[in-house]
Amino acid sequence: MSIEVRHISKSFGNFTALRDVSLQVHDGELLALLGPSGSGKTTLLRIISGLEVPDANPDSEILFHGQSVVDRPVRHREVGFVFQHYALFRHMTVADNIGFGLRMRPRATRPSKSEIRDRVGKLLKLIQLEGFGDRFPSQLSGGQRQRVALARALAVEPKVLLLDEPFGALDAKVRQGLRTWLRRLHDEIHLTSVLVTHDQEEALEVADRVVVMNQSRIEQIGTPDEVFHHPKTPFVMEFLGQVNVFHGRVTQDKIELDDPFVNEADEHHSGSRPQAVYARPHELDIQRESTNGEGIAATVRRLHLAGPIARVLLEAENGGHVQVHMSLERFYELALQPGVAAFVVPKNGRVFDATVAAIRD
Amino acid sequence: MVWRLKKHSVLPGFGLTLGFTVFYLSLIVLLPLTALCLKSTSMGWPQFWETVSHPRVLASCRLTFETAATAALINAVGGFIVAWCLVRYDFPLKRVFDAMVDLPFALPTAVSGIALTTIYASSGWIGQWFAPWDIKLVYSRWGIIIAMTFIGLPFVVRTLQPALEDLEKENEEAAACLGASRWQTFRFVIWPTIIPALLTGFAMAFARGLGEYGSIVFISGNMPMKTEIASLLIITKLEQHDLAGATAIAVILLVSSFVLLLCINLLQWWSSERVRGVA
Repeated sequence: MSIEVRHISKSFGNFTALRDVSLQVHDGELLALLGPSGSGKTTLLRIISGLEVPDANPDSEILFHGQSVVDRPVRHREVGFVFQHYALFRHMTVADNIGFGLRMRPRATRPSKSEIRDRVGKLLKLIQLEGFGDRFPSQLSGGQRQRVALARALAVEPKVLLLDEPFGALDAKVRQGLRTWLRRLHDEIHLTSVLVTHDQEEALEVADRVVVMNQSRIEQIGTPDEVFHHPKTPFVMEFLGQVNVFHGRVTQDKIELDDPFVNEADEHHSGSRPQAVYARPHELDIQRESTNGEGIAATVRRLHLAGPIARVLLEAENGGHVQVHMSLERFYELALQPGVAAFVVPKNGRVFDATVAAIRD
Repeated sequence: MVWRLKKHSVLPGFGLTLGFTVFYLSLIVLLPLTALCLKSTSMGWPQFWETVSHPRVLASCRLTFETAATAALINAVGGFIVAWCLVRYDFPLKRVFDAMVDLPFALPTAVSGIALTTIYASSGWIGQWFAPWDIKLVYSRWGIIIAMTFIGLPFVVRTLQPALEDLEKENEEAAACLGASRWQTFRFVIWPTIIPALLTGFAMAFARGLGEYGSIVFISGNMPMKTEIASLLIITKLEQHDLAGATAIAVILLVSSFVLLLCINLLQWWSSERVRGVA
């Protein structure tokens, strides 16, 4: 089922959580809402679910499959909601948790006890927790609990699945496993899903499309590939990966870099910067010798080689830091050591203040 | 299974604190109660039996337990609503109301007895509305229940408040998303998790009711066989220099309250194990 929200605003007292946000979720897609904390992504999710009511506004609208659901309370919206901290009922067994939604149905539509048991059994199998039905949530690991929470949400056969930072409370290894599993599950059941996360890696890996949010607004909507390689704003560029910012110019066929920005933290997440050129670490190269005075003179400071690529941190003459990623082959070819002098040369870069969004060499 | 009292632990002082606990409980609780029991044995079994099976004694014990249980039940319901309101909602003067809950703790019981008698008497503010229907709130069983309800309220409210504060909002939201109505959410999600606290509060209010003396003697009228509570009967016996008789009744009261409280505690323990989710 498709979801559409139009002109949604929400404020809590003096704090504005959402400012005139509009968004469409296609039928059967997995959409990620990505942004730093306080960007409004969870509020948007809760408004879709009905747990939160948007500010009154004649233009605002929430449509499920083209039908307005603004006046429909949570329990009639048929949404599955998965909370960051699981929100399992601790006095119920795993099986009772999963069957809860079915047991709460009015008698006319409530499945029989044996039907509920069958459904719970199938879901336990789906979440790979067969034989855990009689346990209590406190006897499960975090990852297992979250899978139970997911099964509980799926048991009532919701029209949409909403996940609020579902892996946020889990450790890195479990997170990785669960998100791969979630993606596989989505490919099987094709349930329209919205996932809230502040982890860009998670969003880029799992989602069909990513909505990048910042300061109560949507910055960009696109496929993971689009938002990563063609960011529309400096914020998106910076939020989706490491980035180096330089004073410089981008012309039709040439990128010219001067000094790197010195105090990256101060400038972080500010709006557009005139004459700022953005380059990801893999869009830079290092040369030992400068050809025709090109490149920024810098000294190699730190090397990080534990990984599939070599990560090199350099310090420019003005004290600004530059992060460069390159293949290990290239790294050994350059024979870099901490302390040696080198030149940073751009392969690619972007400016956001001009109409030129990006050029490639 | 081997029982070991001492296990290596990062928290020091187990031996010391256990020693103190045993000593302190013995001194404060066990020793006086043992003395009480020993005193009652001085009268011999037949005489003991005669004393405790006297109709007036039986009537007073029955009255005490019945009224204390009724008052505790009323408090379980009323106190629950008060605690719910104080925890879940914000309203003006909330702090003042919250502080008022403790007043029955602080007031000397004689003061509460006089105050309650004044307003519930047939000429009092509240009593006058019941007088036309020939309902006597004071100098009757109702009076005893009113006094016990008054003094027992803080126990229920104060034990329920932390339990209600611990409720997770997300649990209720999850229930709503799963299609549960508000009533169903309360009945199946909230209720089971607060039962242990409610039972504890009930037990404490009940126990407090059993032991109450000061406020009840003013409001009950103290008619033998009708509105005479057990603790009053004990005082009466003492005034007649019948120390053995007084302790005999006390022992009966003691043993039966202990058994009752033990049962409630077991029930409470069992239900909290369930809530904690331990099979």
